[in-house]
Amino acid sequence: MVEILFYVFAAIVLGGALGVVMGRNPITSLMFMVTSLAGISGIFVLLGAHFLAAIQIMVYAGAIMVLFLFVIMLLNLGHDYQRAVRGWGIVVLGFAVTGSLGGLLAKQLKVGSQEFYNNPEAGMVIDADLLEHGAVGVIAHPLFTDYVVAFELTGILLFVTIVGAIALAKKRV
Amino acid sequence: MLPESLILSALIFVIGTMGVIVRRNVIIMFLCIELQLNAVNLTFVSLSRYLGIDGQVFVFFVMTVAAAEAAVGLAIIISIFRHYGSVDVDNFRMLKW
Repeated sequence: MVEILFYVFAAIVLGGALGVVMGRNPITSLMFMVTSLAGISGIFVLLGAHFLAAIQIMVYAGAIMVLFLFVIMLLNLGHDYQRAVRGWGIVVLGFAVTGSLGGLLAKQLKVGSQEFYNNPEAGMVIDADLLEHGAVGVIAHPLFTDYVVAFELTGILLFVTIVGAIALAKKRV
Repeated sequence: MLPESLILSALIFVIGTMGVIVRRNVIIMFLCIELQLNAVNLTFVSLSRYLGIDGQVFVFFVMTVAAAEAAVGLAIIISIFRHYGSVDVDNFRMLKW
């Protein structure tokens, strides 16, 4: 059952990703992107990361994609129906780069040892933690103990981002 | 399920790279960068099942930084659009005008 669901979500994610790259209209691409993000969130659930799945929907598909949509509509790009590609030389270069990158990744995946992949105890620790602390507690505990400095720095980063975004996007006075 | 999800994230990453290289619209290039970030997140989550919860904490940070990056990047796109009247990367040649 889990396997079948995984393949369904994987098909959704891949279709969405291809739609983003090949879409003619920016808004079409954006909607494909939302589909793809929803599929990834489904895969997160299958992998036992329930909190991240919820965050994925709320922050990524909810907030960031709506920000993109606002910008597309603000700049009035929704009427753009040509698939703008940067010239055929760049397309060939793109295929070369992605082909070599894909080959490299495939080679690395083959290197990974089979006993690591087929480890029967995989996920048992996380599943036990999930049962004990709940979906939020399992990620909140390391976040507020081991990673608390990074967490506070993230707050500072967000503040700086707000100031920077306003300063960049406002009209020159 | 680990090898399958690693292969899936490799595929998403490659598709995202292709989009960044090929497309001309800056907003779609930006979307493809988000796609690459998501591929990396998927790798983190699938490996965290084997190596402990730290991977999921890291994904949390990646999402925060992605939100910040999207806000600043879109602000830059708006300010460039005001100047050039288009969002094609071919127009963005100068660092300063």
